[in-house]
Amino acid sequence: MKGASWKEYQKEIADDNYFYVRSCIRQNFFPGSEKAFLSILRGDLGKDVGEDLKHTSCTGIGYHTDIVPMETIMTVVARQFSLMSEAGYENLTSSCITSFGIYTEMLETWHEFPETEECTREYLYKATGREFKKPRNVAHTSDVMFKHRGQIAEHSKIRLVDRMTGNPLQVVEHIGCHYAKLFPKKGVGGSEFPYVLAGMIESWGGEVVDYPERRHCCGFGFRNYLVQANRGFSIANSQKKLESMSRYKPDFIVTNCPGCAMFLDKWQYTIAEMEGSIYGQDGKGIPVLTYEEMAGLVLGYDPWALGMQMHQVAVEPLLDKLGVEYDPGAKYLGRNGKYMGVPDQGAVNMNCTSQPYMRTL
Amino acid sequence: MAVDRSINWGYSISRPRAVDMDGNDLDAAWALIAEIPELQACIACGSCAATCTAGNLTPFNLRKVHTLVRRGEYKGAYDELNKCMLCGKCRLACPRGINTRGVIMAIKRRLGEY
Amino acid sequence: MKSQKVVIIGGGVAGMQAAATVRELGKRPVILEKSPRLGGKLNDWHMLFPSFTPASKVVEELKGRLDGVEIQTGTDVWKIEQGAVTTADGRRIEAGAVIVSTGFDLFPAELKEEYGYTLYDNVYTTVDIERMFGQGRVCLVDGTAPRRIAFLHCVGSRDEKVNQRHCSRVCCITGVKQAIELKRLLPDSEIYNFYMDIRMFGPGYEEMYREAQERYNINFIRGRISEAGETQEGRIQIKAEDTLIGRPLKMTVDMLVLIVGMQAASSNGAFAGCEGITLRPSGFLLPADSFCSNVCTGAKGLFFAGTATAPKNVGESINEGAFAAVKACAYIDSVE
Repeated sequence: MKGASWKEYQKEIADDNYFYVRSCIRQNFFPGSEKAFLSILRGDLGKDVGEDLKHTSCTGIGYHTDIVPMETIMTVVARQFSLMSEAGYENLTSSCITSFGIYTEMLETWHEFPETEECTREYLYKATGREFKKPRNVAHTSDVMFKHRGQIAEHSKIRLVDRMTGNPLQVVEHIGCHYAKLFPKKGVGGSEFPYVLAGMIESWGGEVVDYPERRHCCGFGFRNYLVQANRGFSIANSQKKLESMSRYKPDFIVTNCPGCAMFLDKWQYTIAEMEGSIYGQDGKGIPVLTYEEMAGLVLGYDPWALGMQMHQVAVEPLLDKLGVEYDPGAKYLGRNGKYMGVPDQGAVNMNCTSQPYMRTL
Repeated sequence: MAVDRSINWGYSISRPRAVDMDGNDLDAAWALIAEIPELQACIACGSCAATCTAGNLTPFNLRKVHTLVRRGEYKGAYDELNKCMLCGKCRLACPRGINTRGVIMAIKRRLGEY
Repeated sequence: MKSQKVVIIGGGVAGMQAAATVRELGKRPVILEKSPRLGGKLNDWHMLFPSFTPASKVVEELKGRLDGVEIQTGTDVWKIEQGAVTTADGRRIEAGAVIVSTGFDLFPAELKEEYGYTLYDNVYTTVDIERMFGQGRVCLVDGTAPRRIAFLHCVGSRDEKVNQRHCSRVCCITGVKQAIELKRLLPDSEIYNFYMDIRMFGPGYEEMYREAQERYNINFIRGRISEAGETQEGRIQIKAEDTLIGRPLKMTVDMLVLIVGMQAASSNGAFAGCEGITLRPSGFLLPADSFCSNVCTGAKGLFFAGTATAPKNVGESINEGAFAAVKACAYIDSVE
């Protein structure tokens, strides 16, 4: 693909002093990513990031499944802002794309319909006695990582290149729908070709794969996978993308959305079990990384500290290609060094030669 | 690779609904148009379906059936066209002068095997 | 005595005809053209619908009517007022009457990012195709002939996402004309025109549309393409709905041609501050009324001609040029 016009679509991203709000599902499926974000921002980049244990789910999943009414979610959002103000921050950064979409949507709604903001202030005060200030800047955490991509590149221990050949790795980037499809001006690069992940990949030595279904949704939806009977078309969308990208032999997928990362990873297992189709090379799946994991590897973090043992598609072939040093025996040792047990082998990872474990029981 | 059929997933992967103009075999469609070139001049006004004796009682719709055939979607066309009573009113109604009965007979003759 | 000079801003077809008529009526026309030559957009066009008349023939014929007309090319106008215009280099030219025939701008197809113009090699606009017709050969970037071609109507027309709510009118017939020309050049090719509505407003247009369908076997699919992506082979994968069967449709083509519309000339914004000139919501200039005074402005001695006020075809623009000239000359005579 020739030069896109992303530079014409820029957004303001605060440089420092962020109030961090977490995702509901990431801590289960990609448990090291949020910790890695904090370590990278605070440790490697020397930024001030604060959080408050009292912050809650943004209730976005409930909102998008028609369980949580708009007045309720506005009040929940207002409460998060109140915690942010209380902690002395003005810049909000959200770990989750759904939440990012929610915060942006509520702020835009308050802007367009000021009476809804007044109502929200009243509800929050009545319910909690709290007041709030609106953030000066709202950015997704991938925006923050994008902003500091140059500095991360300067500190990098690993480049996104094949250690043996020196060729740049072929990376599929996938952007969560609610990053820029709701409010195109709030995404780096706009809605068609967001540059937020592509910018990191290019800065860190990789090459972005432009495949025909690049802009297609992963199929996650909300109602669409929560109801078991509807999962057929959720998985079909992921399959459409995987089929389209597989011809380009990508080395890995990186996403900035909790749902996309989870589904592009785990549906590979389901499709392999259901139909026998595998989309990576040598009978293996295509590893799916979060951008924090990608940044963490670039900065030399231990893959198991990044939580990469929790992936459905094994990451060892990718680690070997990158030349990342890791201890295969430590994969299933928890943070306290205690053996966590080994998951069953899935069809998608049969023949994974670096996988030293067999079923133990 | 062996697929484990013992798992009850509770759902299956949905098949794409898109008309696949890359995968569809369009040869029969081109042959039909070569036989009745004016069929391409259909502007989908729906006069044929509006006046159709059969279409007022069944879901039969000539406009839709021949459009599907022209996109290479042949399956079911023959059976659909069996609902036609060949009364000929559609041909009278067509503002583009398409020989609609001829279209029906040509599709049935050519696409019986689908 | 009142100045006998009529300043005509813009030397496209409307401006050239306006100058010719002013000359015929015995006044002194002056054409101010910002580009180096007369002819406007027709200089980039090969053949005109629906008769396949060479565009150059029309330009030459109009030029032939310009004997004794003062022509200043490379002259941009910044300001219009009653009885004078000011050029970009600061010259003030007095005039008995002024005709604004500044034309239109082509919609920049790259704004519709989802179609990949300038991103993907084998996505073209109608302007690119017309240039290739002029060179006598239509081919892909690798030099081969396309076998499967899709045209997309209404790119930059009837689309509030790019702030172009109006219909550009002439693009439908342009798409039909180019499809026929392509089929004549490449008889083995498969051609698909994706449209929202087909609007054949001119004499002979509907007949040409039917000829495209029946004689040239051009496929018309009612549905707007939503997205184009590039395949590994450099072909273009498109998604649309075939709205007449109610199902999505996907197709890979060798060449995607975006039928670009007309948008208001960028200079209209600057002129909007001048007395008597107001803009339509579309950004085109607003005539005094659309029936009896569609070449008149809100100011005396100031007239419009051609696509400065709305999308028009070549014949309509030329007619307006002549009529604006008649009104301009009559105005000069009336104040003498």
